[in-house]
Parts: sequence; C-alpha cells; structure tokens
Amino acid sequence: MSEKFTARIWVLGDDIDTDIIIPTEYLALKTVEDMKPYAFSPLRPELAGQIQPGDMIVAGKNFGCGSSREQAPEIIKALGIRCVIAKSFARIFFRNSINNGLLLIENGELGDVVEEGKLAEVTPGEKVVYEGKEYEIASLPENLMEILRAGGLVKAMRRRNGLDA
Amino acid sequence: MGMTMAEKIIALAAGKETAKAGDIETVTLDKLMSNDGTTHLTIDMYNKLKNPRIADVNKLVWIVDHNIPADCPKTAASHKKMRDFAKANGIRFYEGEGVCHQVMMENHVCPGDLIFGADSHTCAYGALGAFGTGVGCTDYLYAMVTGQSWLLVPETLRFNLKGKLPEGVYARDLILTIIGRIGANGANYKAMEFGGEGLATLSMSDRISVCNLCVEAGAKTALMEVDDIAMDYLKEHGREPKAIVKADEDAVYSAVYDIDLSEICPIVAKPHFVDNVVPAEESLGVKIDEAFLGSCNNGRIEDLRVGAKIIAGKKVADKVRFLVVPASRSVYLQAAEEGLLKIFIDAGAIVMNPNCSVCWGSCQGVIGEGETLISTGTRNFKGRAGHKDSFVYLASAATVTASAIAGEITTADRV
Repeated sequence: MSEKFTARIWVLGDDIDTDIIIPTEYLALKTVEDMKPYAFSPLRPELAGQIQPGDMIVAGKNFGCGSSREQAPEIIKALGIRCVIAKSFARIFFRNSINNGLLLIENGELGDVVEEGKLAEVTPGEKVVYEGKEYEIASLPENLMEILRAGGLVKAMRRRNGLDA
Repeated sequence: MGMTMAEKIIALAAGKETAKAGDIETVTLDKLMSNDGTTHLTIDMYNKLKNPRIADVNKLVWIVDHNIPADCPKTAASHKKMRDFAKANGIRFYEGEGVCHQVMMENHVCPGDLIFGADSHTCAYGALGAFGTGVGCTDYLYAMVTGQSWLLVPETLRFNLKGKLPEGVYARDLILTIIGRIGANGANYKAMEFGGEGLATLSMSDRISVCNLCVEAGAKTALMEVDDIAMDYLKEHGREPKAIVKADEDAVYSAVYDIDLSEICPIVAKPHFVDNVVPAEESLGVKIDEAFLGSCNNGRIEDLRVGAKIIAGKKVADKVRFLVVPASRSVYLQAAEEGLLKIFIDAGAIVMNPNCSVCWGSCQGVIGEGETLISTGTRNFKGRAGHKDSFVYLASAATVTASAIAGEITTADRV
C-alpha cells in the first residue's frame, strides 16, 4: 500500500456527489462491472470510457457527498482508479472507500494546480510530486491502514476473526 | 473537561467514562437499520463468509422502503432475498410500513442509542437524542457480524436556537437556512448539536426534519437535547430511554452558532446543490412539471395537514403532477381518518403508498429530460430525480403545495 506509483490525472470539481458517481437508475444493474460504463455520466458521460486502469482522480472539496451507496467507491475501484485526491471527502464515502480498499488522499492544494492528462507521482502517506514540486500528504490512522493493506474491511475482518472464506 | 452529547453517547457505547473528539473508539451498536437500497449486497457478502454469524439478531431492523411495491423483476428478486434472509434468521422486518427513518422513529429509536443505518439520513434519530449515523453495506456487515465498529469521535458544531418560527415558516426552511450558511461540507465529519430555549417551540416532526437533513451539510450525526416533548413522544410510542445525555456546560465545540428562529423565512434550495439556497421570494415564477410532498424529511401528518389546508377547495395546476406520499402506514391511516387524503385526491393529487418515491429517483414519479420538480425530498443533485438534464428545487410542504397549485414556484401566502 505504501509503494510509490505514477498515474495519469483526471480532474473533477467540488461536491462530486454519489448520484454523479453512479445515478440511481443504474443501481438496478446486476454487477458493478455492468454499472461501470455509467460512472460520472450525469457530468461527463464519456469519462468512464476514457479512464484507464492505473489512472487517478484529483478533485475539489466534499468528494462523494450524498448517499451511503457503496457502489460509488466500488465503481471507481472497478474502473482501475489507483487513488482519489480531493480537498475533502464526505464521511460516508470516506469510510466506504477504505472499506473497499480504495486509497483516498486529502490535499488542499493539488485540486487547484493539476492539469488533466498530466502525470503525478504518489508515495502514499508521504507526498505527491507534480511538475517537479512536492506536496506533503498525511498518513491515515493505523486502524485504517490495516484495512487498506488487507484490501478492504471484509478481508481485514476475515483475517482478524477467522471468518476467512 | 466537559463533553458534548456525541462524546457522551460514544463513551457509553465504548464502555468508557469519557470520550473526546479526535479519538478513535471501538463501540457496541444498539441498533442496526438497513433498507432495500443495499441489503441485498450485505447478504451477498455475508453468505461469502466462512462461518457467518449475527452478533445479536435483536438489534437488527430491516425495512423495505426504497422500491415498494417492487417495480421490476430485479427489485422483486432483491426484496425476496431480503425477506427470506430476515425470516430465516429472525430479523425484525418491515415491508410497506413506511420510509425507514420514520419507521425507526415510530418504533425503535431511544435516547442515548448509538445506531448505524445503511442509509445516509440515519442522522434523523438525533431528534430523540440518539446518535444515528449512515454507513455503507460493508460497515453494516461488520457491525452485524461483530456487534461492533470503530468511530472517530467527532468534533461538534453547537446550534443555540432562540425565538419561534414565524407563521408560515417551517423546520425545512430552518435547516435549509443553516445548510446554506455553513455549506454542503460545513459539518463534514462533525456532529451538529441543537439546544437552547427555541428548541421547545419545535415539534417532534420539526425536529426529525431538521436532524434528517444535517447529512446534507456533511454531518456525521445530529443531536438534540431530550426534553418533555421528546419524552412524551417516546412514552406515546411505548419506549424507555437508554440514557438521557446532556452536553456539559464546559463542553468543547469547534463552533457555536446562535440562530434566531424568528428571522427565518421560506427558503428554496435551487438545483443542483442543497446549500444553493435563496429566499423562496427569489425563485417565484419558475415553471414546474411535478411537485412532491413526502419523504423521511416531510411526509409526516403535520406536513400533510399543512399541505391539505393550503390546497383544500383548490386544484393542482393543469399539466402538473402533484405526488403526495405519506411517510408511514400510521401517517397514511391518520391522514385518511382526518380526511386529508380526500382533500388531496379532490384537488387532483396522486396519493401513493408510503415509500421513498421520487426523492431517490426511482420507484415512481421520476422526471424526464428538461423537467422541473419542486420537492420536500432530501436532495436536489443533478439527475437525482430522474433524467440527468432535469431540475429539482427543495422546499417546505407549504411552498411545494402552493407551487403545485400555481404551476410555478410560489409561497403559500400567494395562492
């Protein structure tokens, strides 16, 4: 989880809500794979088809506000997004992301400086390097890192409580 | 150092003397609510565990409310999965009884409880001095299996209410005003605590409406002081408190707001954000295609009375659909007994069974491309009520009903 990686950037704005990430009408589809093409469709219908595995999202404040639908972080992960960097995250989305093993990074500056399509190098818990400049990022509390390292809460629980499948 | 209401309830649930903002605590949940929005996902995950178990089945409440009655075979299958699992495991199960939060308020929530709900508006339970917070299905599963979860003890924003809402101004206007002031993430990760002399002027229905919408400011939970009005409600519904907590006088708040209720006016939240609020006066004349009176926020008997009084003897505007959806079976029945449903039906409204309806953009009443809805629902995000290029305005039961009559946004004193 702490390995350094470089990823291509997709830029989104403030208050990207869960109905933008996955509109209600597509929640009836059978699997997250089926829903994936409709991610972000109210805002940018073409985006889901453009995102490549290993890319990342950089956004403004309050990313993931709204519903508790866990399909939101699941779909972002299914698209292959390596991490989401935002000025802030809505709390239910934050928990759901960690629980699904999706890396979230809070940073107040990057949303204002990055350009879509460019690359950034991320060292989780340490820094993001963009256009030669370093941006410090905080580490998550240990209990959350344990969940992320296990690949999500269910896997962490299986490991901890002997419920392994 | 004193504690806030949130700190006290988390301390209780963690079995500790004290808890303070910023700490991470392991808590034992008092109740666990889940609805048909995501329960099928929880069941799928549960069934994949090697030795699945439910820590305490008596704490689980499952409610079918988002798509009841089922609107397609997929929904029917999802409901069946939930119904069968609930029956096989002895889980308390409601179907067609109402919107989950209203059903919880009427039947389960007690002061001092710490409750996880797999639905973002679980913060409504603060109206009875309970710490309700929304979680996803994985958090829910973990709590269902272990009986516990972790919580970051939130900082608290304190709201001191004074005065009284003017005639024709409602709790919905109050909470939209507050969200407009602090912003859609103004309370992110935080608790919103309400007290002060003005609280006594708010009915239980008002309080549920205020607490319910706090998540639209990002709040982890909302909490109101438990007073005689709350205790009377609890007694009427045959329940006892777990604990009545009160914030200490030297509790530490990250901010304190003084709200004079007498200064609040009718408000609408314009598309596409709940904090995009203006006085209703500034939105007059916006043409509407549909109006919705219902939801966990404003589908109670008090709201239906407000709407019925305004529309009695009048008609819904030509080419406008007016959806009236009581929040629970008991509200539905009472509205029938009081003759309110007849008033709505006579006026040309479409009265439907208790469910989440168009508030979540499924089930019924979905709007098409370019259409505009005025709603007492909880959200106005882009595409929330149907087509991605449609528009949702949020307002009180009074403003919504008046707009249904006028065919455009207007206030109750203008129809």
